[in-house]
Amino acid sequence: MTQFAPLIPLCPLIGFLILGLLNKRLPKKAAGILASVTVLVSFIFSLNIFLSISGKSVVVPFLDWFSAGNLSVSFSFMLDPLSSLFLLIITGVGFLIHIYSIGYMHDDENSNIFFAYLNLFIFFMLLLVMGSSYLLMFVGWEGVGLCSYLLIGFWFKNNAYNNAAKKAFIVNRIGDLGFLLGMILIFMTFGSTNYTAVFSQAQQGYYPETSFTGNSVVTIITLLLFIGAIGKSAQIPLYTWLPDAMAGPTPVSALIHAATMVTAGIYMIARSSILYSLAPITMFVVALTGVVTALFAASIALAQNDIKKVLAYSTVSQLGYMFLGLGVGAFSSSVFHVLTHAFFKALLFLGAGSVIHGLSGEQDIRNMGGLRKKMPVTAITFLLASLAIAGIPPFAGFFSKDEILSAAYNYNKFFWLLGLIGSSMTAFYMFRLYFLVFHGEYRGKPDLHAHESPKVMTIPLIILAVLSTIGGFIGIPESLGGKSLIAGFLNPVFAYAQHNLLEMPSGSISELMLMAITVVVVIASIVYARNKYVVHKDLPVAEGLKMARIPTIIYHKYYVDEIYDILITKPLDRISEFLERVFDLKIIDGMVGAAGKLIQWVGGKLRLLQTGNVDFYLFAMVIGIVLMLFFKMR
Amino acid sequence: MITLLLILIPLFSSLLILSVPARFAKIFAFAASFISFAVTLAVFISFPVSADYQYLIDYNWIPSLGIHFKVGIDGISILMVLLTTFLTPLIILSARNEDNHTPVFYALILFMEMALTGVFVSLDGFLFYIFWELALIPIYFICLLWGGVNRVNITIKFFIYTLTGSLFMLVALIILYLHTPNHTFDINDLYHAGRSLDSRMQGILFLFFILAFGIKMPIFPLHTWQPDTYTTAPAQGSMLLSGIMLKMGIYGAIRWLLPMLPEAVHEYSVYVMWFAIAGVVYASVIAITRSDMKRLIAYSSIAHVGLIAAGIFAFNIQGLQGGIVQMLSHGVNVCGLFFVADIIQNRTKTREIPLLGGIRSKAPMLATAFLIIMLGAVALPLTDGFVGEFLLINGVFHFSPYMAALGGLTIILGAVYMFRAYQRTALGETSQATDHFTDLTLTEKAVLIPLVIMVLFIGIFPQVFLNISEPAVVKLLSGY
Repeated sequence: MTQFAPLIPLCPLIGFLILGLLNKRLPKKAAGILASVTVLVSFIFSLNIFLSISGKSVVVPFLDWFSAGNLSVSFSFMLDPLSSLFLLIITGVGFLIHIYSIGYMHDDENSNIFFAYLNLFIFFMLLLVMGSSYLLMFVGWEGVGLCSYLLIGFWFKNNAYNNAAKKAFIVNRIGDLGFLLGMILIFMTFGSTNYTAVFSQAQQGYYPETSFTGNSVVTIITLLLFIGAIGKSAQIPLYTWLPDAMAGPTPVSALIHAATMVTAGIYMIARSSILYSLAPITMFVVALTGVVTALFAASIALAQNDIKKVLAYSTVSQLGYMFLGLGVGAFSSSVFHVLTHAFFKALLFLGAGSVIHGLSGEQDIRNMGGLRKKMPVTAITFLLASLAIAGIPPFAGFFSKDEILSAAYNYNKFFWLLGLIGSSMTAFYMFRLYFLVFHGEYRGKPDLHAHESPKVMTIPLIILAVLSTIGGFIGIPESLGGKSLIAGFLNPVFAYAQHNLLEMPSGSISELMLMAITVVVVIASIVYARNKYVVHKDLPVAEGLKMARIPTIIYHKYYVDEIYDILITKPLDRISEFLERVFDLKIIDGMVGAAGKLIQWVGGKLRLLQTGNVDFYLFAMVIGIVLMLFFKMR
Repeated sequence: MITLLLILIPLFSSLLILSVPARFAKIFAFAASFISFAVTLAVFISFPVSADYQYLIDYNWIPSLGIHFKVGIDGISILMVLLTTFLTPLIILSARNEDNHTPVFYALILFMEMALTGVFVSLDGFLFYIFWELALIPIYFICLLWGGVNRVNITIKFFIYTLTGSLFMLVALIILYLHTPNHTFDINDLYHAGRSLDSRMQGILFLFFILAFGIKMPIFPLHTWQPDTYTTAPAQGSMLLSGIMLKMGIYGAIRWLLPMLPEAVHEYSVYVMWFAIAGVVYASVIAITRSDMKRLIAYSSIAHVGLIAAGIFAFNIQGLQGGIVQMLSHGVNVCGLFFVADIIQNRTKTREIPLLGGIRSKAPMLATAFLIIMLGAVALPLTDGFVGEFLLINGVFHFSPYMAALGGLTIILGAVYMFRAYQRTALGETSQATDHFTDLTLTEKAVLIPLVIMVLFIGIFPQVFLNISEPAVVKLLSGY
C-alpha cells in the first residue's frame, strides 16, 4: 500500500489546482463536492496505511528537490504509526469539515476559492506530517501558515479580518525563524535533516560535525525547534494570533485553528522525541510553558463573551496540556489528546458555526440563550463535546487528559496541581458557554428566527459527536482494565525516548485516586456553572458596564495585545521612521554629500591654477619634469 | 562564436532600431531581445556539467597592452546571462505604448543588454571594465530622460556614486595588471598576480574592489543613491537596475574578488558580512513604514541583496550556490514587484500605499499575481525565494550562527512590510483612487505570467539551475 503514499497529498493538490484555475467557471456545488472527494480519497488511502502499518517505519521516495554540497533534499514520505495517525486525523476530520462547509459557505460568492484554499491547506498539512525530513516538515509548516493567512482573511474586504490574518502570519514567522535555525543546526550537527539519519546518529550519541560538547547541541536544537512549536501551536508568548484568527469562517477555525494545524507543534516534538529525550532542560521548558499556558488561557476563557473566542482560548489551553504531556515525557498521551481534541474541538467549533449560521452571524453569547429547543441536534452534540473536553468519563477527553495529568503528577506534583486547576476552569467555562447559549430564555434580537442547520451540516456534527463519545476507548488505561491500545500502537515510535527518560517513580497516590480527584473537581465546577447561569440566571455584564478589577483584567485578556503593541509594534514603526528620516537621509547621505562638497571645494581651489597664463603652464611643466627626473635618477 | 553572438545581437539591434519606424520600435526591440533569450536558452539547455569555460573566444585585441577580447561562459555566467536575456524582453514589453517611447528608448535598453551580457562573460580585466562602464551609460540616459520627479539631481548623484566606485576598481585592476609577469589583463594571470601579493596589498585591493561592487549592489552603508534612483527611474529603469544591473556587483565579487585575493578575503570578509547583515535588518526596518510602493521595494531590495552578499562572502558551497540562485529569484521578484507598482501607478496615478486598497475586488488577476510574487519575496517554500534564502542562511550559519540569526530576521521583517503593503493595496474596501481599477491588459499579462511561472518554477525545480553552477562554484572554492 505504501507505494501509493504520494497520492495522499497529491489528491488535494490536484483539487486545489482545478478549483484555483477554473474558479467561478465551476458550479458552486461541483466545487464543494470535488474538494470533498479529493480529501475522501486521501482518507481512504490513509486508512489503508493506518491499518497496515503495524509498527513499521517506511520511507517512500518520490522526487528530488535540491542539493548544494553535502546538503540534499528530496520529497520523500515517511510512514509510521505517528504519521499514519495524523494522516487519519487530517483527512478524516478534514473531510467532515469540507462537507460541513458546503452548507456553511452556501451563500458566499467566493465559495469556490474557499474550497481551493481548504484543499491547499490539506495538501500542506499532509506534507507536514508525511515529509521524511525536517526540511519537508518546514515546507508544510510554512504552507499551512500561508493557507491560514488566506483563510483568516477570506473576507478580504474587512480590514479587521485582514489584520488578524497578517498578525497570524507574522507571529508564526517569529516561530519559523527558530525552526529554521534549529533545522540548520541539525544539518550542521548530523549532516542531514532526514529523520532516519538524524535519529539514528542521535541515539548513538554520534555528532560528527559539531564543536559543542556532550548534549548541549541537542539542547540548543530542541529549544530552537520548540520556538517554532510555540508559534504554530499558540503558546505563551506567541499565542496572541490564535484568538484573533477566529475572524476566519468557522469551518476554518474548526479545521485549522483547532483540529489540525495548531497541533503541528505537538507533532514536531513527538516526531523529535528522541532528540527531546536527550535534552532534559528543554523537556522542563516544554512542560512549564505548557502548564502555564494551559492555566493562563483557561482563565481568559472564563470571561469571554464571544462564542468563538471562548473556544479559541480553550484551544490554546488544551494545546498547553499537550505540551505539558510532551514535557513530562508522556508522548503517546499527548498524541492521544491531539486525537480526542480533534474530535471534540472540531465539533465545538462546528456547533458554534451552526449556532452562528442559525442566528445570521450573531456571536455574542449574551444575545443567545434557549437555543436547545430550536436547534436540538446542535445542542445535544455540543453538550457531548462539552462533556468530552471537561473530562467526564467515559467521554473521549477524559482518558487522554487523565493520562497527561497522571504523568505530570509523577514528574512534578506542582505541575499536576496547576493542571488540575486548569481542568476545573475548563469545565466551568465550557458549561458557562453551554448554559448561556442553549438554556434559559432567548435574549437576542426578537425578529430573528433561529433555525436548525441543514443536514449537510448536522451530519458531520453527529459523526464527530459519536467520535467524541467513544473515541477515548482506544486508550482505556490498564488501571481501568483497558489495553491502552493507542500507546501500544505508537510504542515503536516513542520506545527509545521512553526508555531514555528516567523511569518516573510512581507517586504515593494511585492512578485511580488521581482520576477520582479530577472527576470530582470537574463535576463540582459544572454544578457551580449550572447554579450560577441556570439557577440564578447570572448573566455576564453588558458591554461598557463597570466590572470588578480582576474580571476586568481577565476580560481584557491581561492586556497582552496592548502590551505587545506598546513594546514592539509601535517602537518598530518609530525606529523605522527614525532610521529613514535621520540616519539614512541625514547622516549617511549627509556624509556622502559632504564628500561631494569636499571634492567640489578642492576642485574650486584647483580651478584657480587654470589661469590661462601660458607662462605659468610652462613653468609648472618644467618643475614637473625636473621632479620626475630627480625621482627617476634616485 | 555563441558568446560573441550574445553580445552582438543586442548591439546590432540597438543600432538598427534607430532606422526602424517609431511605431515598430517596440516590436523590433522585443523580437531582437527574444532572439537573444532563445539563443541563451539553447545554450543553457545544452550546457555541459563542467567547471570549464565554454564557447571561449580569445582574440588578441590590443597586443601592446596585453588586452584580449576574451569571453567565455561557465556555469555561473550562463545563469546571469539567462537572467539578463529572460528579463530584457519582458522589460521591453512592459513599456507602455501611451508613453510614446522613441526608438532611442529601446535602443538604450538593448545596448544595456549588450553591456550586461558582456560583463557576465568577460574573462579579461580590461574588457570587463569596459562593459562595466558601458552598462552605466544607457541606464543614465533612461533615468535622466524618462525619470520622474527631481530626476536630474538624483540621476547625477547615482552616476557619480557608481562611477567613483568603478574608478577604484580600475585602479585595482591596473595594479594587478602591473603585477602580472608579462603584463596582461587575462583573468587567470590576474588571479595569479593577486594571489602572489602580500596581505597588506591584498587588503588595499580588496577595499578598492569592494567599493565598486558594494556601491553597485548596494551594500549598507553605500546604498543611499539607490532608493532615490529606483524611485525616480521609469519602471523599465527600475527593473533594469534592480533586476539585472545590481547583479553585476554580486557577480563581480564572485568572479573578480573572491578568487583573486584569498588572503584578504579570509581576513576581511567578516567585516563585509557584518555590514551586509546590518543592512538586511536596517533596510527591512525602514521598508516597514515606507508609503511609496517603489521606495518600499527599493529598501526591500537592499535587504535581500545584503543577505546574498553575506552568503557569498561566507565563501562556502551553500552560501555561494544560495547566492546564485537567489540572484535569479531576486531578479524575477523585484521586476515583478516594480511592474505591479507601475500598473497600479498607471491606473491610479499614485503609488502612495495609504491611498490605495481593494484592488483585489476590482482586479483579481493582478492581486493574485502580486500575491504570488510577494510570497516569492518573503521566501515561502516552493516559491523561488525559499531555496536561495535557506541556502544563504545555511552558508552564513557555518560562518557565524549569530550572523545567521540576525540575517534570518529578514523572514520576519520581510513578512511585516510585504504583507502590510499587500493588505493596504490589494485588500480591504476600494478607495477613491482604486474605484475604477481595471484588471490586467493582454500585454500586462504577457509580462506578469512568465514572471509568476518563474517564481514557482525556481521554487519547485531549483536544481535545474543549481546543477549548472555547482561545478563552477566547486572550482571557485577549491581555488584551483
